Formats: sequence, C-alpha cells, structure tokens
Amino acid sequence: MIELRDVGVTFADAQAPVLSGVDLTIPEGELVLVVGRTGSGKTTLLRTLNGLVPHFSGGTLHGRVVVDGRDTRDHRPRDLADVVGYVGQDPLAGFVTDMVEDELAYGMESLGLAPAVMRKRVEETLDLLGLAEVRSRPVADLSAGQQQRVAIGSVLTTHPRVLVLDEPTSALDPLAAEEVLATLQRLVHDLGLTVVLAEHRLERVVQYADRVVLVPGGSAPVTSGTPEQVLRDAPVAPPVVELGRIAGWDPLPMSVRDARRHAAPLRGRLEGAEGPEPRPAPGETVAVAEHVVVSYGRVPALRGVSTTLSRGETVALMGRNGAGKSTLLKALVGMKKVSSGRVTVDGLDPAGLRPAALLRHVGMVPQVPGDLLYASSVGRECEQADQDSRLPSGSTLALFGRLSPGVGVEMHPRDLSEGQRLTLALAIVLAVRPPLLLLDEPTRGLDYTAKHRLVEILRDLADEGHSVLLATHDVELVAEVASRVLVMADGEIVADGPTAEVVISSPAFAPQVAKVLAPQRWLTPTEVAVALASAEAVSP
Amino acid sequence: MRAVDRLTFPRSLHPGAWWVWAVALAAAASRTQNPVPLALILAVTGFVVAARKSNAPWARSYVAFLKLSLVVIVVRILFQALLSTGAQGPTVLVTLPSLPMPSGSGLKLGGQVTLEAVLRAFYEGLQLATILCCVGAANALGSARRLLRYVPGALYEIGVACVIALTFAPQLVTDAARVRAAHRLRGRNGTGLRSLGRLAMPVLEGALERSVDLAAAMDSRGYGRTTDETASSRRTTTVLVFGGLLGVCVGIYGLLDGTASTWLGLPMLLVGMVVAAAGLHLGGRRSGRTRYRPDPWALPEWLVSGCGAVAAVAVFVDVHVAPEAFFLASVTAVPPVPLLAVVGILVAALPAFLAPPLPVAAAPTTPTAHPLDDRSEVAV
Repeated sequence: MIELRDVGVTFADAQAPVLSGVDLTIPEGELVLVVGRTGSGKTTLLRTLNGLVPHFSGGTLHGRVVVDGRDTRDHRPRDLADVVGYVGQDPLAGFVTDMVEDELAYGMESLGLAPAVMRKRVEETLDLLGLAEVRSRPVADLSAGQQQRVAIGSVLTTHPRVLVLDEPTSALDPLAAEEVLATLQRLVHDLGLTVVLAEHRLERVVQYADRVVLVPGGSAPVTSGTPEQVLRDAPVAPPVVELGRIAGWDPLPMSVRDARRHAAPLRGRLEGAEGPEPRPAPGETVAVAEHVVVSYGRVPALRGVSTTLSRGETVALMGRNGAGKSTLLKALVGMKKVSSGRVTVDGLDPAGLRPAALLRHVGMVPQVPGDLLYASSVGRECEQADQDSRLPSGSTLALFGRLSPGVGVEMHPRDLSEGQRLTLALAIVLAVRPPLLLLDEPTRGLDYTAKHRLVEILRDLADEGHSVLLATHDVELVAEVASRVLVMADGEIVADGPTAEVVISSPAFAPQVAKVLAPQRWLTPTEVAVALASAEAVSP
Repeated sequence: MRAVDRLTFPRSLHPGAWWVWAVALAAAASRTQNPVPLALILAVTGFVVAARKSNAPWARSYVAFLKLSLVVIVVRILFQALLSTGAQGPTVLVTLPSLPMPSGSGLKLGGQVTLEAVLRAFYEGLQLATILCCVGAANALGSARRLLRYVPGALYEIGVACVIALTFAPQLVTDAARVRAAHRLRGRNGTGLRSLGRLAMPVLEGALERSVDLAAAMDSRGYGRTTDETASSRRTTTVLVFGGLLGVCVGIYGLLDGTASTWLGLPMLLVGMVVAAAGLHLGGRRSGRTRYRPDPWALPEWLVSGCGAVAAVAVFVDVHVAPEAFFLASVTAVPPVPLLAVVGILVAALPAFLAPPLPVAAAPTTPTAHPLDDRSEVAV
C-alpha cells in the first residue's frame, strides 16, 4: 500500500537532512505506529505520505514515495485526497466549516461527488464514528474527543485507503483517547484501512499496533519491526514493557492483558516485599480553598470546592475535560474571580494582589507555555524575568540552565522543543521561588525523555518544600510524582487521598503497573524493581 | 406540492431569502427621514426576528445591532447639538456655556441647543439605526456564514476567505485574552503600549501557525482540485464579474440617491446584473465542486423575499408620487403618514407567519435501546 524507497528530506537553509535513507514498506490493512523524540522528523515522515512534504512545506525530497500506486512526485496533496486522509495535530485548526455535517462533506464537495453519494456517505460516517447525535452542532461546541472523531470522519468520507494521524490522542483524557483508538481499530479491522499514526503516549497505542517505526532523529537510521522487536531495547518504553523487562518476561507484553497472564509468579515474588518508602509528611499549609464557587455566565464550573495544599506535597488534579480542573487552577492564581467561597494563598487573596506581588506567592505555567514568552531569544526572555521580579541579573538563566542544560542563549523560544519551552516557562515562574506552583497539562506534547526530566524536576521541587498542583490526564506521570490525587467531576471534588488509594481502584486513572499487579499496590516499574532488588538482598 | 413548498413544513429558510427581505427593507428606509415609516420598519424587523429566530449563537446579533443603533442615535444628537453651527432653529431648548472656536471652521462648542437641531439629528440617526437593524435582522435570521455557502462557484475562493476570516476574528480575541491573562502570571499589569507589543507577538504567531495548519488541511482534503482553467478563461471571468459588479454598484447608487441622472439608475443596474451573471455562470462552469444538502429555494423563499420587495417598491413609488410626505418641510410639525408606504411595510411583517417554523430537535425515541445496536445495522 505504501512504499518509501531511499527517502530523504532536506528543508531549505537547513544544514542536515531531517530524514535520510528511509526504506519502508507498509502492506494494506496494517496499523503502524511511528515513534521518536520531539523534532526527530515524525511529522515530516507522516507528511511525505500525502505529499504535503515537499509540495506544501517546500524543501527537497529524495527517493520515491508511492501510495496505492501514485507517486507523490507527480501528485499534489489534493490529488491524493481520495487515497490518503491526513489528520493534523490540532483538529480544530483543520476545520474549514463550522457545522459537523458540513465538515464531513467538505472533502467530497471538493472532489465534486454527486449530492446523492455525499448524502449517503455522510450518514454512513456519522454512524461509523458515533457522531449522529451531534450532526447539526457547531464543531467548536464539541468535546475534544468528538472533535478528533469529526476530524477523522471528515477525511474518511472521501473513502481513502490510508489514514495518517499526527498525535491523535495527545490532548485527550484517557477515556476520550480510548474512544478514538477504538474507532481507529474498528476502521482497520472492519474496513481494511491502513492507518499510520505518530504518538508519544506509547502506553495508549502500542497494544493496537501491528508495526512500529522508530524515527530516532539525527543521522541514525529509521528502523521498523513488530512492537516487540522495536521496544526490546528502545531507550523508552511504556510502563508495561518496562515491567516485562524487569521481570524478564518473554515475549515482552504489549498490553495489560498480556502482562497479567505472566504476572502471577511476579505477584508471588512481591508478596510481603516492602512497599516504597512513604513520602515525608507535608509541611505547613500554603493554599486553602473553602467552598469555592466559580461560574461562566450561567454555567457553573466549580460547585463548592474545598481543599488545602501544603508545602512539600505534589498533588495531581484529574478528571475528564471540562470537569473544572483549569478553573480551579485559575481561581488559585486569581485569574478567575470566585463568586462565593474563599481562596487564600499564604494567607492572602490572590485575586486582590497586584501582579508583581502575586509572583512571590503563586506561579502558574499555563496549558500553552508559549503564552508566557514574548522575547526574541532565551537570554532576553530570562533577563526580562529577572527585571520583572527584581532578581539579580542572570538568576533565571542559571535556573533554566540547571533545568534544561545545553540550550543556546541565542535560540528563539519558538525554535525550542516542546519540553525545552516548558522548562523555560517553568524557570521564569520559579525564579522567585513561589511556595505554590500550578501546572496545567504539563506533559502535552512531551516525549518520554522530556517527561523523565520533568519528573525529576518536580521531585526536586517537592523536596525543596514547594507545593505543586498539576492538572493532568497523564496517569503514568501521576503515578511517578504525585503524593496525593484529587479527582474532579462536574465542578466538584469526588475523590481526595493518597495516590495509591485513589488511582488503584479507578478503571480510568490506574497506571498500567497497578492494573497488572492488582490487588497489590504498586504504581511504577521503578518501585517494583527496587522492591525486587531489596527482597533478593534480604533472602538470596 | 413538494413538502418544501408548504408553509407549515418545519425547516430553516434559505438565508438568501432573509437577506433579500432585509436588504429591501433597508433600501426602503434609505429613501426617507420621516420617522413614521422608519419606526414601522424597525418594529417589523423586531417582530419577524422575535417570531422566527433560532437559538443559534448568531441569532443574538439582532440585540447587538439594536444597541448599536441606540448608540448611533445618541451620538448623532450629541454631535448635532453641541458641535454643529448649521441647521439651528428658532426654538431654543437650553443654552450651554460655549467656547469660542476659530471662525469659518463650521464648528461651535456649546451655546444654544434648539429643538429643531435635536429633532433633525434624531430623524437622521433613526434612519441610520433602522438600516443597521435591518442588517442585524438578516444576520440573526440567516447567518452571514450560512449565506456564504451559496456564493457562486466563480467567487468560491473569496467566499472561503470570508468564512475563514469570520472564524479567525473571534479566535484572535480569545487568544488575546488568554495571553493577557498569562502576562499577569509574569507580574505584568497588561496595560500600556509596550505590553500591547508583547501581546501581539504570541497572538499573531499563533494565528499564523493556525492559518498554515488550515491551509495544509484544506490542501490535503482536495481544495482546488477540480478547477481546471486556462489563464484566458480566468481573465474573461474576472473582467466580466468585476465589470458587472461595478455596474451594479453604480446602478444601486443611482437608484438610491434619487438625484443622479436617470440612466444611472435602473438601466445601469440591469446591465450590470446581466454582465455579472454571465461572468459568474462562465466561472461556475469551470469549478467542479458540488454542494452538500443545499437549502431549497421554494415557495416560502419566494414569499418572504417578495414581501420585502413589496415594501421597497411601495416606498419607492410613494416617494415618487407624494414626495412631500417623505421629505419633511418642517421638522417640528407632526410627521405625515404616507399611506401606501405604510401598507407596503406592513406586508413585510408577513414573513413572521409565511416563513416555515424552525424544526425542533426530536428527543431520542427509544432511550432504553443501546445506541450501538442500531448503529451497527446501518454501518454494515
């Protein structure tokens, strides 16, 4: 179905090629997962498949890309619209019309299909993707998962043979992500579609993949193989694979189900082993929310939320999209006025503080860290932060150097990788050492390496006595760093307790290791490895 | 009789019909400053909007336009009363403290405020306000965005550009609000010129990125694939369309102005329309696009646009027959009631009953059945 022969891509005024010497054959009906670090060329590889590279992006393409017998050299992306459906990273940015039905029909209108055919295919697609109830709603009003399904539907109506998706689940909560992935799997199994997708969150996708393509970046060659072959010694792997490596299972498990079949002996070995050291008890209280009510117009976002945050604890805030997580963060930083109840940080009302004074009590990294940045280089950005918070010159830059070593001072913030940009925003916010730090979806778009770095940073912050509250969908991150979890639903806190207690019993929020080893209470592969090592040291 | 021809069959009316109706009312309003027909037109638009608006977000635009109209009237009166030296009458209402202005500038500040000046300003403001409300009614009843779906094939690219602009403008506002809120997190107040520059950077960068994403998405979904055209055919189309539109504009100006020479009016409008239609037809032939579920143009559409036309024609004819009822000799006199115009405008209120009612979303009929069950039947 897809043939890449010795493909290389070099963009104008770049010194090194983004991709080189890629040989790949993808047969019909496979679900192929493309993995690799941020900036390694995954998106470029995906975009060669429908000719966006080089027709749209510019640059030079060497070698040949043939999809369903059509060479992208002679076919522009629009000429491949009936063969390849391409869904970009942000579905909302790709919508041309504003109603669901019109959006589904747009591609067919461009191809000039007969009205009767269009009508039939729109109905079929609505049913296939479960969108019939929202057919006449504006796309902007849908949930993120529904939007992603509309984006998939909008390219499916032209009946392509290949579906290409760039990070389809990175912005979704776990349940919405499963909805989308289930849809994709159905397309592969029922319709024989070939699906190629890039994704950082391996733990969500790898179990569905027939083949994994590793794009290592730099000059290293692109490799492909079955998930097991590629992940056997890949530097990064989902927790369930790491657990398999620790326990020495063969073949390596790719899904929780595979792993659970092997897990009985491991559970036996862990029986009676020491659990992870309990985290030090939290210190003095930093922030208090009492019966906080916040609403947007007549839509209530928080309905009487009460909680406290203390020094030295890292608290994860979980819940589906629209449950009120971001609103709670905004209320804590004074960006959103509370209509009743009380919020205090360090005993002060954040909404009443002047911005310059606010900095010293609470810092927040918004969902799009780039919103905080406006200077033309990293160095100037850091100087600006020093001036804003009246710090000695160079302190923010020094902090950034510690968090993310080896980044040039002259780089433009826009050219940084997703992870580096997050650490830059983090450095700016942390420079004045506010006791309370809020993070909104910090792992969106981060690769595993950047995420590991973030986990280390967050642990250090907790050790230094900061109180950290992070709103996130990433259950594995929560398992790694959080000491306490708050679960929100419909503007209320529905669960509040130590991480292990809250997440293990929840089907949506349990990390993979917990699912494999339940009813025992283990959260991360590292915990298991440490426990096994100490158990063996005690009784050789 | 087709179902779509029935006046009681629930569906949304073709947006074009609402726009024809509203534009005709606006044209009628543009011919007079007599407050009686103006107030009547205002009432008619409000009545029809109240009767036939949907609960879509754009349906609220009528209220926004109404508020804007009030502002227009108030501003108009204030400027006339406080600043203008011309058209002051004998009836002095109040005398404000005045500032001497350079003679010959045509300006004054303060001084005498007369009843005549205020009334004239009010009537002029009312005319502009009425036209604004007509546009607001059109937008509330058939959104501009929906209307753009019916842009002829030859103008398709321009239509797409308009739709994207309509989407991006509100997005820019939300982005700006978000970035401003983020600046507070860096200890900035977010006021002043320098912070405006800081705001512009991320907002414009974001907008640019989104446009590139959108262009990529459109390209990979086949945008522009079916147009096969030669340079000469494209040129012919462009000349015809724009030449024709120019003719239409001149014709409309001649018709509404009423003082221009007669050949500038109706004949020019007709010639322009024919030329533009030829251009659109030529251009439409080369575009191979098809249209998904277009709204039908059936009896109710004809009736609604016809009602608007009746009002416009009645006012135009009445102005011609009895001009003294439309151009007031004295602003302080009680305005006369032009009978023919009033009857015509009242006809324009009929769409409140003639336009079909809007469909109401049906409640799920079998709430107990699992939605997946009947879905799989259709999909297989």
